[in-house]
Amino acid sequence: MSGWRRLDRRTLGVTAVLLAGITVSAGTPIAIGTRSLWLAPAAVLFIGGGVLADYVRWRHTRFRCTAERLEVEFAFVAHTRKSLLRERIRGVDLTANPLHRAFGVAVLSIGTGRDEKITLSPLARADAEALRTELLHRIPEPAAHDGPLAILDPRWIRYAPVSFVAPALGLSAFGALFKVADWFGAGGGLLKWLLNLFGGLSLAVSVLLLLVLALVVGVAGAVGLFVEMWWNHRLDREPGGTLRVRRGLFTTRSITIEERRLRGVELVEPLGARLAGAARVDAIATGMKRDDGKTEAKTLLPPAPRAIAREVAARVTGEPVTDVPLVPHPPAARGGRLRWALLTALAPVLVLLGLGALLTDVLLVLGGLLAVVALPVAVLLALDAYRGLGHGSRGRYLLMRAGSVRRSTAVLARDGVLGWTVKQSVFQRRRGLATFTATTAAGSGAYSIRDADADEGLAFAVAAVPEVLEAFASVPAEASRT
Amino acid sequence: MSEGTVRLRPPRNALDRRAIAWWRWQWALVFAPAVFVLALLGLLIPPAAVWLLVPAAVLALAGAVWCVVLPRWWFGLHRWEVTETAVYVRSGFLWQEWRVAPLSRVQTVDTLRGPLQQRFGLATVTVTTASARGAVKLSGLDARVAADVAERLTERTDATPGDAT
Repeated sequence: MSGWRRLDRRTLGVTAVLLAGITVSAGTPIAIGTRSLWLAPAAVLFIGGGVLADYVRWRHTRFRCTAERLEVEFAFVAHTRKSLLRERIRGVDLTANPLHRAFGVAVLSIGTGRDEKITLSPLARADAEALRTELLHRIPEPAAHDGPLAILDPRWIRYAPVSFVAPALGLSAFGALFKVADWFGAGGGLLKWLLNLFGGLSLAVSVLLLLVLALVVGVAGAVGLFVEMWWNHRLDREPGGTLRVRRGLFTTRSITIEERRLRGVELVEPLGARLAGAARVDAIATGMKRDDGKTEAKTLLPPAPRAIAREVAARVTGEPVTDVPLVPHPPAARGGRLRWALLTALAPVLVLLGLGALLTDVLLVLGGLLAVVALPVAVLLALDAYRGLGHGSRGRYLLMRAGSVRRSTAVLARDGVLGWTVKQSVFQRRRGLATFTATTAAGSGAYSIRDADADEGLAFAVAAVPEVLEAFASVPAEASRT
Repeated sequence: MSEGTVRLRPPRNALDRRAIAWWRWQWALVFAPAVFVLALLGLLIPPAAVWLLVPAAVLALAGAVWCVVLPRWWFGLHRWEVTETAVYVRSGFLWQEWRVAPLSRVQTVDTLRGPLQQRFGLATVTVTTASARGAVKLSGLDARVAADVAERLTERTDATPGDAT
């Protein structure tokens, strides 16, 4: 495969159907409103123009894959040429939305993990797969298949409603509804209609019922989103040293992460998922842009039972990293967390009580209610956050765990640590605590051991990555390395 | 240092003495406009004079104390060192911070001289690694020392193979 090739011709069909869809959905209300006939030729012109432009793009774009490079050329009036060194290609992702799938094509995007990126839109599905294999598996190896690392079990859908997505979606659905109603000046009317929905019930009950309704909508949305994102999810380790995630119900996606780029994994347990016994596995890899987060390109495993998540983490890293007993942090860290939690919970309560004393009793009641709800929650979260703290190491990996609302266990490769930052506030100094942050090129750029014992943490950080902190520690590292 | 401090030894070098004056000017430029605006309004609006001039005086006094006392104290806290293998910086007091970046992982070395720094013959050297959050900053060095450090670091970095990730 070294000659010049073209994109798939069916792109014209995709464009035509897409533009027709846009024209019909945007044009119908206008047509109904204005009842004018000039819309029909305008629509034809719009679709025709779009298809013509796409034809020009298709006719004059060619690409080829030589032994060293992948090149794309567009020569029409202007002449542009992009080329990527094949050995620098780090990721080849395939995406196909429902329209692409109907036409049997897929979009291939090839990146180096930096800014350079080539998108071939679209190729025939089989061609896209073949090109992906050709680009990634530079050394063709006999397929040593040990089966997928993970496959979606439909029962995991039960973890969708407990995510933070559910309430957010529910509320934003209502928000959108009111926004649209507001455009037509019917916001107030809509509210009245919604409140009257429940007949003669009191205002408080009606509002409560509306909230429940929002939550139900949110749960339905979260389940729908989960299914669309994760249906047919499958995580494979491929010959040639890559991990491949395939998923999606309507829009199918295939994401490839080179293991050379992998610096570890992160076991993420948001509060809701944790209470349900679930955890998600994210990759800590270099060259993933942070704005890729929207497609959750870094997620290797959606929320799944914790045992499965641990097993996937262990199989991806190649070491049983998740059953290492972690070193707990000193009780002083609990005191700090409790103080902060109480302060944050008390501040609004005190404001309400203060205003209540000055203005009206209603605020006193509200303040009391808030205190009854917020204080225990704050204390529980603080205690839970303390219990979550821990660090340890296993083979070539460091483990750092923290967080309550979003508990995360970072499993970071020692050789991926670029440097250390040690931070100590006045409060931490008084209690002999410090925060040790390992900086890395991958993932979020830094992973922290929060509120560890100042001496033990330093000994750990010194021992964890040779020759970084050693020269600056005033206590011989051996003495405290137990 | 007190009992609970992290047992990392202080870096060898202090900043240039002129950094104190530089910090003073930096903060003076923060306080002065606020004081000036308050005082001007106080003079222009006689009915509210007291309400504007008193805060102006308080702010001016606080600013003066801030600018005189604190930079001298900061000077003792900020230290730096470049060894054969690493860049090492200590800074801050309320939130004390020690940063280490091994030279083998350094990607870029930038030197910056702002207008105020030029006035005092100072410069800032920023050493970045491939981590978005691992930059080490040496600010308030003598300009010639900074140039030296930057050159040495650049040589070392060029000698390191690979992309240092």
